[in-house]
Amino acid sequence: MPQIIPFGPQHPVLPEPIHLKLSVVDGIITEAVPAFGFVHRGLEKLADIRDFHQMIQVVERVCGICSMMHAMCYAQGIEEIMGVEVPPRARFLRVIWAELHRMHSHLLWLGLFADSFGFESLFMQIWRIREKVLDINEATTGNRIIVAVNVIGGVRTDLNQEQMRWILSELAEVEKEIRRLETTLMDDYTVKKRTVCKGVLTRSQAFELGLAGPTLRASDVAQDMRMLGYAAYNELDFEPVVEKDGDCYARCKVRFRETLQSIDIIRQAVSKIPEGELSAKVKCRPDGESVSRVEQPRGECFYYIKANGKKNLDRLRIRTPTFANVPAILAMLPGMWLSDVPVIVLSIDPCIACTER
Amino acid sequence: MFKRMITESRIKSPWLLHYDCGSCNGCDIEVLACLTPVYDIERFGIVNVGNPMHADILLVTGTVNHRNKKVLVNLYDQMPHPKVVVAIGSCGLSGGIFREAYNVVGGVDKVIPVDVYVPGCPAKPEAIIDGVVIGLQKFHEKM
Ligand code: SF4
Repeated sequence: MPQIIPFGPQHPVLPEPIHLKLSVVDGIITEAVPAFGFVHRGLEKLADIRDFHQMIQVVERVCGICSMMHAMCYAQGIEEIMGVEVPPRARFLRVIWAELHRMHSHLLWLGLFADSFGFESLFMQIWRIREKVLDINEATTGNRIIVAVNVIGGVRTDLNQEQMRWILSELAEVEKEIRRLETTLMDDYTVKKRTVCKGVLTRSQAFELGLAGPTLRASDVAQDMRMLGYAAYNELDFEPVVEKDGDCYARCKVRFRETLQSIDIIRQAVSKIPEGELSAKVKCRPDGESVSRVEQPRGECFYYIKANGKKNLDRLRIRTPTFANVPAILAMLPGMWLSDVPVIVLSIDPCIACTER
Repeated sequence: MFKRMITESRIKSPWLLHYDCGSCNGCDIEVLACLTPVYDIERFGIVNVGNPMHADILLVTGTVNHRNKKVLVNLYDQMPHPKVVVAIGSCGLSGGIFREAYNVVGGVDKVIPVDVYVPGCPAKPEAIIDGVVIGLQKFHEKM
């Protein structure tokens, strides 16, 4: 008879409530059943009472960690319906803030991941580095996490030359510190012992489960929505980060390398940014439908927007990356030790606030 | 004497329990950021624990919804007396930006008594630490 062990909704390694019912035989998991709904707010329905400009503030709060990308994705959708041309400078500024968000999200995850296998000092170190990125957010936009820079048609704030120089010098320091942690994070015996060959997903499995983001790229599928070239990504030079093994270690490596890649993208964006307007004029109301996709730290985020020429939207549908990645947890857990559950669950970087909205 | 010792140490070194109750994550990661070297609330003897039975202060972020209402009450009931509840972020105070959404009951105080309210969206780590310190005074009064 398998024992049923509940994992969550309130659990020390999880910052957010997800509930897993684990069937366990002799310490080995045979089945995992998830339960959701602990943070469902009913946010899409708010489109009925908030107008399409105000919805930016709402979608930013789908998830605090990647708020900037949610707002960008939503704004892109509306801009597509209304045929608004976003000025080039605004597109580059969006890239800069988006990559800062990716960095702070990945650093957050690397820290939590270290915590999930009990490496607390590494967790503290990584979060110390992350504060630098948040300082940049705060200095340039006025808020640490929900930066609220997007408006429909462009961005709200500008960066001057001095600020950009300062950002680059801060990032140089961040890079130095991250590189210093590389040996610990990537070569340490204890880290490898807990992550290598844990929760393996082969390429075909990952593809069939329809995963997204770093979880997918760690299984050797080079899919990155930034390659679509939205915002200013088509003018920047980068490749999706791919790893072959598909285990927790590979996922850690993908995110680690992406953090460094983000620094590189910001450098390119700062060097190429043109002068000009911050936002285009937006007149009248949207009428039509559109689909907009961006690459969030956790993967592909998808917005479907339907408008009918009124001030409120007809329908807003959000599909977030964690929603796509939950099947991965269920596929990975059977056959694993109970003690590996936190590591495997965290390896997909679950963001429950996104999933349930 | 033994009792006094326990009382004093509980005031000097309170243990926190953090529960995310339908927040957008913004406030949660700020609560976590309080634990890390830049803010480091551990230097005041404050430790984050996972077991409600060990906790003195409950930090709640986010709005209460129809599903997690029970979990929140359950956690609150499991904590030993005296206990202090700190609600964090506009969501925890009143429902914030989500107050009109269909699945939202409202602020934390609709379900359990709240002692300290920390405003902000997201609340800054400094504000959260300040809230906890004020919570400690309340804790003292309840002793
Ligand atoms: S107060 Fe703001 S940041 Fe905090 S959980 Fe609510 S929406 Fe998110």
